[in-house]
Formats: sequence, structure tokens, C-alpha cells
Amino acid sequence: MSGVLIIAEQRRGELRPATLELVSAAQGARRAPGDTVAVALIAESPERLVPAVSVPGVDEIVTVQVAAREFDADTLETAVRALIEARKPSLVLVPHSIDAFGYAAALAARNRYGFATDVFRFEYADGALVATRGGYGQKVNIEVDFPGKDVVLLAVRGNVYKPPEGTAAPSVTSFTAPDVSSRVRSLEFIEPAAADDVDMTAAEFILAIGRGIGEEGNVQQFRELADAVGATLGCSRPIADAGWLPKSRQIGQSGKTATACKLYVAMGISGAIQHLAGMKHVSTIVAVNADANASIFGIARYGIVADIFELGDALKEQFQS
Amino acid sequence: MKILVAVKQVAALDEDFEIRADGKDVEAEFLLRDLNEWDDFSLEEAMRIKEAATSPVEVVVVCVGPESADESIRKCLAKGADRAVRVWDDAIEGSDPIAIAQLIAAVAKRERPDLLFAGVQSSDHSFASTGIAAAALLDWPHAAVLTQLTYTPGARTARFRRELEGGLLHEMEIDCPAVLTIQLGINTPRYASLRAIKQAAAKPIEVLTLADLSVPPGAVGEGGSLSRVRRMYVPERGRAQMIEGSVEEQALQLAAIIREATGGAA
Repeated sequence: MSGVLIIAEQRRGELRPATLELVSAAQGARRAPGDTVAVALIAESPERLVPAVSVPGVDEIVTVQVAAREFDADTLETAVRALIEARKPSLVLVPHSIDAFGYAAALAARNRYGFATDVFRFEYADGALVATRGGYGQKVNIEVDFPGKDVVLLAVRGNVYKPPEGTAAPSVTSFTAPDVSSRVRSLEFIEPAAADDVDMTAAEFILAIGRGIGEEGNVQQFRELADAVGATLGCSRPIADAGWLPKSRQIGQSGKTATACKLYVAMGISGAIQHLAGMKHVSTIVAVNADANASIFGIARYGIVADIFELGDALKEQFQS
Repeated sequence: MKILVAVKQVAALDEDFEIRADGKDVEAEFLLRDLNEWDDFSLEEAMRIKEAATSPVEVVVVCVGPESADESIRKCLAKGADRAVRVWDDAIEGSDPIAIAQLIAAVAKRERPDLLFAGVQSSDHSFASTGIAAAALLDWPHAAVLTQLTYTPGARTARFRRELEGGLLHEMEIDCPAVLTIQLGINTPRYASLRAIKQAAAKPIEVLTLADLSVPPGAVGEGGSLSRVRRMYVPERGRAQMIEGSVEEQALQLAAIIREATGGAA
């Protein structure tokens, strides 16, 4: 049992960027100098993805040709299990992604691998793997280990590790996985609804509201505030789910990424990890929250503990005089 | 036709809290318990199928937890679930989501539902694993992160959309019985009426032990789990520079930050 096996993620013929983050994450998990980092490409045409994972830090690429063109949980579970049995890695990494939500727990449960998800740090301490994840809405950190487990499967949080730069020429081998009769069929992809009037990815100054606004009638106050300070109004998931703002204004994992944003003022947003995925890179984040323990204060540059309505009113006055 | 809905009573931290003496969890007295937010949506999805059906559909809630979880289970009964099953034994303490999934799978084997729903994840520890692990232990087809579901009771397949990164939707079809994990926003959960809350008090909560499910104690708790908690701690925060003072003073400083970042244009 040695080496790290990364399961690459692909969608519609393209490598998902989270895969490369795993390559960086794996570097610290080589237990011995001889330990290798291999990337498995499980796809209908895996060889097409080889260039995308030919990066420094990858020792070997393993192509696994499968019948399923798009995500299929049974196909992935069967292929990864066969790879693990043949190659005996001590550590298997997948991204903590929507696709992994669909098969990683099944793979771990059936084969009793050591298992943890949403891991943002891991290392060997005295020969034993220790992984760190969040708890109680990210307010605490939890270190877990995997006593007696020869194989450990970790789903690694996105946007934690920087993908490697440059190219390399790892060896490429192929592997044949058992056939699978799938029980779930891919029909089609549907692009997210077009933006109403706004492109959140282009906004440089976003004022985002979250659950703390309480009710729909309060949206208007923050719409006016955003106008007064010159910000684009964005929101966290609960606001879009409730239909209080269009989905196109949602920032986060399943919404938009605040790509061009330089200033992000989060009001009444506690800081769920899915929201942070869309904005935590912003250089100046100001968090306003009534809860002094809100996890968003952990990533913000400036924090204000206040009632968001009172603070909002007072801020608006600053821009009206 | 039957839908089994797996729910969890989650815990949130009180404003002030202390880590337990063994360093592995928070002292129980500092935990605020409630029904997991995601489970509101999966229960609602089951209720929508029940109410649209032309033949009877039974909605059964399953929860692994001590007696105190009954409060959350009653919420589900008040919103329309027909009955509930709660599994508990002191040996379950310290179980990871995979050990919990074994118990949910064992209840599913008894109940033989046509569909098993679970939330995508729980708001406290966010493993996003229990439902899909239960599916594997049942050897049922499974799908995660559904934001739309079309299912006619009795049908051999269900159609659904799962929500991917960036909001892309993936439409798929699955063979039933199946395990589906439900995402926030798939529907608008209802509120229970006062009358329904009263009626829920009379609905049955069946309590099952490990022995009732023929699950050995070694299969749950730390021994039955795929990870073990070594340590829980409060991470170093304080990266945020806190802006103190009256609301007016705070607003003044925030205005200055905004003016500086936007080049004074605003």
C-alpha cells in the first residue's frame, strides 16, 4: 500500500480544474521519497485528457476507457475500486465536488476504506494520516484519522490548493475496468438561466445579502443601499432559492464566481463554504453580521458586528450627504 | 407506494461554547438542536408526490438519534409525514455518516420504500455522505444534489435534474427504487399549521434498537466508522480586522473603505 491515486474529474470532454488542485494537494502526502502520484482519467476518450494532466507533480497517468460519456456513479465506483485493488494506493483523492457527492461515499461504504469529505488539510503524522475538516458550520476544525485502514479516500475542498504551473511528461499507462450496466442515464445538460440584467462575474464592487435580511420585503432596502454606494447587488443561496433575487445574482459554488470583484461587502451572510467558494479570493472583503462568531469573519479583511439594517441605514446616509 | 425520508437533528453552536474535556467535541449543553435544513426540502418533495398521486402514498420519516430528536421528528409529522421510525442505542454515539447510513439502510430493508430521500448534507458537519452511503449498502441506484424531480408513483424510473458547479443542470433518469439526495431550493417547504402540530403529537414514532435491526454494536460507533475524531478545536481566526464603535462610527469607516476601494468615485 503506497502512493497517491488522484481520480480526475471530467465533464463534457473537459478536465475539471479541481483535478489539478489535487495534484498540488498530493505532494505533501508522499510518505516516502519513492511514493508516486498517479492520476486516473476515467472517461469515454481518456487519452484526450492526457495533455491537461501532464503537469509537474504527476508521475504517472492511467487512462481508463469506459462506455459512459458523462458522469455515471456506478461506472466511477466500479473503475476506482478496480484501480485500487490493482494498484494498492494508500491514499485516493477526489475533489469535494458535486460529482464526488454522487459516488465517493458509496465507494467508501462498500469497501470500508478510510473516508472523510470536505478535507482542507491532510498530512502524515508518525506514519498515520490525519485529515482536517470543518464542523458546526465551519466554526470549529476537526482532525480525523483512520486507524486500521490500508486505503483512505479523501474528498478535498476546492480553492484551497493552487494548481501546479507548467507542463511535464509523466508516463502514460492504460487500465481496463470491468463493464458496468448503468442504472442512471445521462439525458442532457441545461445551461443556467440567463442573467436578468447583470453579470456578477464582471462586477468590481458587490454588496451581497444573505439570510440575515430576514424577509423578502427587506430586499428593497439593500437594493437602494447598493445603488447609493455604487455596488452591484448579489446574494447567497437562500435568497435566490426563496426567489427574492434572481439566481443570476447568486454568488457561490452553484451560482456565480465574483471573478472581477475587488470589494465585497457581505451583509447577513454567515459564510457557508459553498458561498465562500464564489468570493473568498476577493482582495477586500467586509463582513457585516450580528453574530460575532459567524465564520465569514474568518476570511474577511474587515469585520463589523452590527445589526445589518441599522448599519445599512447609517452607511446609506454617508453616501447621501 | 412508500417514500422513506431520512432526517437528522443537527446541532449548531451557541454564542459561547466550550470544547469537551476529551477535546473531541463541544460540550452538549452548548449545542442548539434543530431539524437539518436540507431535510425540510426532502420531506416537502415527498409530500408533493404524495399529494399529487392518484393512489395512496405513505411518507415515513427515519431518524437516527436519541429521544431528544423526537422534537425534530414531530416537526416532520406536523408537515404531513404519516409516521416515523427513530433508531437509537447508546452504542451509536460517535458514529460517522457511514455508520449512520448502515442503520438507515437497515430501516429501508424493513420498510421497502420505492424511494429513499436524504438531504444533500447536514448543516452541522456537512459530510454529504449519508444518503449515498446508504444507497451503496442497499445496492440501490443513487443520485445526489437534485433540484428537480419528476416521479409518478409506481413508475420504474424517475427523471431528475442535479445541480452542478456554476449552476449547470444535468438531466438524468434513474431506475427505482433509488436513493436521491435533495438540494435546497428544489421546492418551497410548507409551514405546519397549529392544528397539524397538535395532530402530530398523536402520530406514532416507532423506536428501534440495534437488535431490532439485527445490527451488531460493533458495526456502529467509532468501531463501525471510517474515520475517527482525534481532536476538535477552534481555528485561529481574527484575520478580520474588527471595526468597533457605534453604528454611525462603523458606517463612517465602512464608507471610507468603500471610497478608497472604488477610487473615490462612489
